[in-house]
Amino acid sequence: MTLMSYLEAGKRALAEEMRRDPAVWALGEDLGRGGVFGQYKGLAEEFGPQRICDTPISEACIMGAAVGAALVGTRPVVEMRFSDFALCAIDELVNQAAKARYMFGGQGRVPLVVREPVGMWRSSAAQHSQSLEAWYAHIPGLVVVTPSTPADNYGLLKAAIRCDDPVVYMEHKDLWPLEGEVEADGEALPLGKARILRQGGDLTIVAWSGVLRTVRQAAEALAGTGVAAEVIDLRTLYPWDRETVLASAARTRRLLVVHEAVAIGGFGGEIAATAAEELGVRVKRLGAPRLPVAYAPPLEAQCRVSEAQIVAAARTLL
Amino acid sequence: MTRANIDVERLREHFRTMARIRAFEEAAEAGQKSGEIRGAVHLSVGQEAVASGICANLRRSDYLVSTHRVHGHTIAKGADVTAMMAELLGKAGGTCQGKGGSMHIADFSIGMLGANGVVGAGIPIAAGAAHAVKLRGGSEIVACFFGDGAVNRGPFLEGLNWARIYDLPILFICEDNGFAATTRTRSLTGGPGPAARAEALGIPARIVDGNAVEEVDAAAAERVTRIREGGGPQFILAQTYRLKGHTAHDPATYRPAAEVEEKQRRDPIELCRETLLLRGVPAAALAADEAAARVEIAAAVAAARAQPWGDESLAWRDVQDMGAPA
Repeated sequence: MTLMSYLEAGKRALAEEMRRDPAVWALGEDLGRGGVFGQYKGLAEEFGPQRICDTPISEACIMGAAVGAALVGTRPVVEMRFSDFALCAIDELVNQAAKARYMFGGQGRVPLVVREPVGMWRSSAAQHSQSLEAWYAHIPGLVVVTPSTPADNYGLLKAAIRCDDPVVYMEHKDLWPLEGEVEADGEALPLGKARILRQGGDLTIVAWSGVLRTVRQAAEALAGTGVAAEVIDLRTLYPWDRETVLASAARTRRLLVVHEAVAIGGFGGEIAATAAEELGVRVKRLGAPRLPVAYAPPLEAQCRVSEAQIVAAARTLL
Repeated sequence: MTRANIDVERLREHFRTMARIRAFEEAAEAGQKSGEIRGAVHLSVGQEAVASGICANLRRSDYLVSTHRVHGHTIAKGADVTAMMAELLGKAGGTCQGKGGSMHIADFSIGMLGANGVVGAGIPIAAGAAHAVKLRGGSEIVACFFGDGAVNRGPFLEGLNWARIYDLPILFICEDNGFAATTRTRSLTGGPGPAARAEALGIPARIVDGNAVEEVDAAAAERVTRIREGGGPQFILAQTYRLKGHTAHDPATYRPAAEVEEKQRRDPIELCRETLLLRGVPAAALAADEAAARVEIAAAVAAARAQPWGDESLAWRDVQDMGAPA
């Protein structure tokens, strides 16, 4: 095991997959210089400018070219810089990447990964802070992955690159410096498998990505008052691990879903509705209000789910 | 003139290809009118010379990316017409198992990477296929068809620029049929047009009479040779005319009948026939070619009709399974 950051873990996973499979290549803006967050630093030196491909600021063509390149047998890793910018490539992702295998009757597949860094980070305001994972979970054909730890960023990015279907891979920008133990030259993690971070019998809290840090703190606070919360990191939004979530909720009979994304139309609704339909358990959702993310810290904070909110929401379920 | 120089046998082959495309689309139109063919069917009647002239210069291993107006390109690239007709009829034996229909025909066995229901969306995909060819040091080229309507979409700019900066083996063919859906493209397009836009991005462009198959063929031969020799992306603007509406349901009443009548006289099949007659090919031989095309397509329709629908389980297949390579 090696201590490394969430950012380093992703870079290491990509480098190992590129060494393992010559069909893997990465394309996006500024990749030769290491990418906007440095998550590609050093890769151009090892793999050359063809496989770490600097592109123009042409999101639609980056994504569309990746679709074409994937259809003829390569495995592109697309960098979108900020998930917000991927909206310039939504036709290419939703109408092309997600549909090609199906509408061509299985003649071709689109094994691409699109890395879309999400979330609030350094007061980046309304066009650089969004968490739109629920949009993609809604689209048949797309796999949606939201790693929350260095080990997961390593193992899940490897799995995403090896996946034969298009994967929307959403790293949280605020997690880049987060350190953790990662197994060097380790295995890919299974997609679609949640992880129980903390066991407890009083209620189940499901979350993913950056907000899990706040959820862990809230679970600590609840534990201090004698409430044992089971915390589940969903890790993959689609396909989501119904089995793990429903087994936990069946035990605790109370389910709280927390996400950084806007609560209305968020993926928390899907999980809560499924648990209510399948188990009849009490459910609650927490997410951002339906507001664009503001710049000034006290205004931005209006969109952030707090520890106090999580504790209060958990208490209403007890 | 190129017309005088063209090999008679090659021109006769174009005549046959165009007759097959025409017969296929007439059958598709009839099927759409009877309700047997559903969805949207976009006919390329009057534009067959572009498909035939370009695709005659492609190898089976070369890639083709097409548009919603796809039948001609696909037939000219060598697709099986029975499988294509089965696709239009939604049958399990269709090129896409009946899951795509006319607008999503693809045949990967001949390098045909798909029609597209979104105008201009094929351009980045074609650029990406060419990019992959270059990455792996392949010898294939990519032919990317799009219409005049597509030049006002962002992916046109992004895709052409992409092909230029990476110096990709790709032939762009702008098939200018005069209409962006049901509106005259000229009234919606600034500047001197598609070829000038390509040139502005550093891609050599050539304008051809898209109804003169020998002219399209000659231009394509020259441009494809340049690409195969490592000359990078090339552009052909083929000026033609859509004799039918935007879809098979569109009567195209937005244009004067006299205009269509005048354009009918420049029907590419008729122009080709005139040249072949002048070169001594008997009229009866050409009529026989057309009859053979109709017989072939009628047989394709009958065979496709006789096929079963796909089992319901087909609707659930090939969505996503996250399968990894072995």
